[in-house]
Amino acid sequence: MISNRAASHNRQNGELLLDIRNLTIEAEGSDGWQPIVKDISLHLRRGEVLGIIGESGAGKSTLGLAALGFTRPGCHFSGGSVTFDGRDLLKESEERRRQLRGTRIAYVAQSAAASFNPAHRLIEQTIECVMMRGLASRGAAVQSATDLFAQMQLPDPETIGDRFPHQVSGGQLQRAMTAMAMTCKPDLIVFDEPTTALDVTTQVEVLASIRKIVEEHHTAALYITHDLAVVAQMAHRIMVLRHGELVEHASTQQMLSEPEQTYTRSLWAVRTLEKPEEPPAETILSVSNVDAHYGDFKALDDISIEVPRGRTVAVVGESGSGKSTLARVISGLLPSAAGAVSLNGVRLAPSLKQRSRDQLRRIQMIYQSADTALNPRQTVMDLVGRPLSFHFGLKGRMQERRVAELLDMVELSDRHIVSFPSELSGGQKQRVAIARAIAADPDVFICDEITSALDQLVQEQILKLLLNLQKEMNKTYLFITHDIATVNAIADQVVVMCRGGIVQQGAKRAVMSSPDHPYTKLLLSAVPQMDPGWLDTAIQNGRLAKQNIE
Amino acid sequence: MRKEIISNPLFRTIFTRLGLGFVTLFAVSLIIFAAIAVLPGDFAKATLGRAATPETVANFQKSLGLDRPVAERYLKWIGGAVTGDLGLSFSSGSGTPRTVGSIIGPRLKNTLFLAGITALVAIPIALLLGIIAAIRRNSWLDRILNAVTLASISFPEFFVAYVLMLLLAVKLPLFYSLARVTPSMGSIEVLERIALPVLTLSFGIIAHMMRMTRAAIIGLLSHPYIEMAKLKGVPPWRVILRHALPNAWAPIVAVIAFNLAYLIVGVVVVEVVFVYPGIGQAMVDAVRSRDIPVVQGCALIFAASYILLNLLADVIAIATNPRLAHPR
Amino acid sequence: MRPSDTNLPARAVRYRRSRTGLVWAGLRRASLTTWLGLCVILLYAILALFAPLIAPYGEADVVSSQPFAAWNSTFLFGTDQLGRDVMSRIIYGARNSVGIAFITTTIAFLLGGTLGILSAISPSWLDHVLSGVADMLMAIPQLIFALILLALFGSSIPSIVMIIAVLNSTQIFRLARSSARNVAVMEFIEVASLRGERTLWIIVREILPNIMPTLIAEFGLRFCFVFLTISALSFLGLGIQPPSADWGTMVRESATFISYGNITPLLPAAAIALLTVSINFVVDWFLDIASGLRDDQ
Repeated sequence: MISNRAASHNRQNGELLLDIRNLTIEAEGSDGWQPIVKDISLHLRRGEVLGIIGESGAGKSTLGLAALGFTRPGCHFSGGSVTFDGRDLLKESEERRRQLRGTRIAYVAQSAAASFNPAHRLIEQTIECVMMRGLASRGAAVQSATDLFAQMQLPDPETIGDRFPHQVSGGQLQRAMTAMAMTCKPDLIVFDEPTTALDVTTQVEVLASIRKIVEEHHTAALYITHDLAVVAQMAHRIMVLRHGELVEHASTQQMLSEPEQTYTRSLWAVRTLEKPEEPPAETILSVSNVDAHYGDFKALDDISIEVPRGRTVAVVGESGSGKSTLARVISGLLPSAAGAVSLNGVRLAPSLKQRSRDQLRRIQMIYQSADTALNPRQTVMDLVGRPLSFHFGLKGRMQERRVAELLDMVELSDRHIVSFPSELSGGQKQRVAIARAIAADPDVFICDEITSALDQLVQEQILKLLLNLQKEMNKTYLFITHDIATVNAIADQVVVMCRGGIVQQGAKRAVMSSPDHPYTKLLLSAVPQMDPGWLDTAIQNGRLAKQNIE
Repeated sequence: MRKEIISNPLFRTIFTRLGLGFVTLFAVSLIIFAAIAVLPGDFAKATLGRAATPETVANFQKSLGLDRPVAERYLKWIGGAVTGDLGLSFSSGSGTPRTVGSIIGPRLKNTLFLAGITALVAIPIALLLGIIAAIRRNSWLDRILNAVTLASISFPEFFVAYVLMLLLAVKLPLFYSLARVTPSMGSIEVLERIALPVLTLSFGIIAHMMRMTRAAIIGLLSHPYIEMAKLKGVPPWRVILRHALPNAWAPIVAVIAFNLAYLIVGVVVVEVVFVYPGIGQAMVDAVRSRDIPVVQGCALIFAASYILLNLLADVIAIATNPRLAHPR
Repeated sequence: MRPSDTNLPARAVRYRRSRTGLVWAGLRRASLTTWLGLCVILLYAILALFAPLIAPYGEADVVSSQPFAAWNSTFLFGTDQLGRDVMSRIIYGARNSVGIAFITTTIAFLLGGTLGILSAISPSWLDHVLSGVADMLMAIPQLIFALILLALFGSSIPSIVMIIAVLNSTQIFRLARSSARNVAVMEFIEVASLRGERTLWIIVREILPNIMPTLIAEFGLRFCFVFLTISALSFLGLGIQPPSADWGTMVRESATFISYGNITPLLPAAAIALLTVSINFVVDWFLDIASGLRDDQ
């Protein structure tokens, strides 16, 4: 039935290029071989782009590599076929498969910075495939690589190839890697999360150049990502995977307008979450004219923020904007060079060493990665129980009872009380970290990107949990994030930061609907939207906004 | 031009490292020299016997320069050491001076010869085995090599030495059991004599080095750019030669330097077992007779070569790092 | 209200079991070599502890008028140059050689481990000073350094123990410092200091449990190294001095017999080799399960 729907799409007349049937791939785990891709079938015609989306552990990268007849060490094909241009790659010799790789099927990896060899110049790596196979003279190969660099809108296409990977920025490397994939004019390119590691404003430009070059060369592509809005810009059809199984497969239009499965809909649930903005309240935490330095580098420049009690203030910005530094200054981890931080009208000492235990208790940090924020050698009981005994002197059974209560508040079962963090899922770990923060009964929670490392579905649950806790206990959040959807979901007020300074702040609706600073405009326009036409508009808006910034 | 050299991070890093190396050498020479300055016993008395009169003791100390201030003695000693003059041995009789140089000199040549031959034999074998084990990891070959090398790095050298002597010189008389060499021997004969010491030393070095090489190569092969090369259809030999090797110089050189330094220490025990007239045995004899100047001289030579080897490895590692060679 | 009183004790039991459970699971996965290694280590420990009960004769008793007697039923491995029973001396050797190496390693660990962790969390100037001293000491090959110091202080057991312990503590210092630093930059340490925890609490409760597996494995390897170094010194005649029975010294005293095809001198050497190999096999296995613990996280 699924394939019927897809087949009815109008791109069915092209020649069949890739035909994967009933593919099963197994990985070696502690209990023997476990399937990580289960009975997946897909097909791709010339010039067609198929999007594959799913959360972590969905098996999408494994499937992408399978299109090259490749498995990572510790995995193997255990059933099905991968037919490329009429030949089953799984039955071919490794030598034959190798011949196809790079020339007819190319691959673009997630982290270009790690995937370029640090020892060679970009141009050498870019033309390696062509030269190795003797497809062109060196001069011609360099010329065509330069053309591709230009098409990918790399600056100085003539000379950029002479640089080493560490001399080029992440966004540029990602483009160079796409150019490298194009050098042999492949029939198929597998893009594996090519923009995930990039900032949103950079992502827009890379997406645009990838789409342009794929269209111009009429190359077929598998586009793998976890972001539905991104894949909507790139793909003609979309497959949704979960735990190695197919959930849904439809044309992009159809998938966006009327997804059949609830799971698919839940993938963009975060984007639909929106906290109704609440009226202002008295200030509980105030930051005034704060400067901070890392050595000679000025990381914060004259920052002033008022955080009202019982509300959420979201601090938004890209990497290097200083938003996490702000959190470190407020908590006292990084003493400020100038300015003041006050809580409940009392000015706090710059360094945490000079703050009282009670002052420390009233501000609690929650981190992006619960993996590093929870001591792996302590049980949940130790982790959540310590603030109770430390701040309130709770011991023994009383302490245990309170820990169970706190776990209940964050919707964890009390049987997890004996678990080590390694025995919990990512979402559960983050809940334990939240429970530990609540245990100290603080006035203000500083949440530093606490949903960024989580899958969409889990993000939504955590955000809902935070909203509930706020409603019940009138807690205050300073919420640091790079993700506009998260801002919509949780904030009452928004602070936009760029290069260590605040460019705009105010009530959420005001900032989001009428951004008056060009950077805010650029940032908002760069957030991928479900609308397939978004990318074109974003590029237009982005160019305008950039001109204004300069 | 000058300015360019100074501002180039590559040269700057190398100069810093070289500077640090020489500071270390200086500090180590101080430590070694301090040995004589803080002598716990009175060596003059110990050497001359209880019957020595205060005058003879004073004369003896004077003849060795022990009556001068410490700083002056250090400068004289280190100045001499640089030019190859390491002073007088305590074993000098009052009328028959023996210089440390004359004791150490010929033995140093012997030791360098033994270590050099061992390095020539062991390094290629170890690198080759290490690379093979890394490429075919978890194969039966890898497992056997792992078990054998693990066992051999945990054997004491004299155990290996005596087992080899028992098997290859006593039970099967293939080699000489003792490596007594004299300057009059031809090089073929010397090679025959030192076969067992070389074998003993190689045994430990190959094991150490193979394991380290294997670990370094496996670490290297897990980088995403190696997977990328495979996905570009690069053949396996080219993946190793073109994509892994250029990044492997630093770890491989570090492995070689470490093992050459290890060789320096290993030489001491092996020379004693096979009665090979090298500097290691000289040092042990000197320690036994508490002939401090000789101990100092030997220690200085061992320490300096150890430091220089590590220095060389670091400089090569720095020089082959593209991040430093091609700054942003 | 939530936790019913009845299941609280059950929980406590499970909590305690989870770590020993991991060791048991590891033991079940242990290979033949690991088991062999464990048995050998146990055997050595028994020999060392109960040497006077097990050995047929005393450590330094001259029991035969015939020096260098061949292997026979009274003196299983014959007698040495003074007519002492070789087998008894090998058994007592477990006590002396292994015991001294163990004490030395322990001192090295207390010294290097404490300073290493301290250095990792200290202000940078102190860290620089301590690291600088350690680097300087490591710039001279250990055996050579030991030889210089022995030339100065003479070969007595206390001086050997102290010299080797100090020299080895530099390596432990380095390891403890780097692994503690890796832990110290983790956010859970930040959480603890944001709570206002004292430094000692942070070291004992947050850092130590995380670096313990590394340190335990290092203890095994370091013991082997110390043991081999001391044996080498004894073999060179600069280590443990007669009449104490020591394996390195015993090899040295009877070494010439090898040339006549007599394997008696190999016995103490083999005793050393067997123990170090066994420890290496066990450490290998331990690192394996310890890294398994890390993977689970």
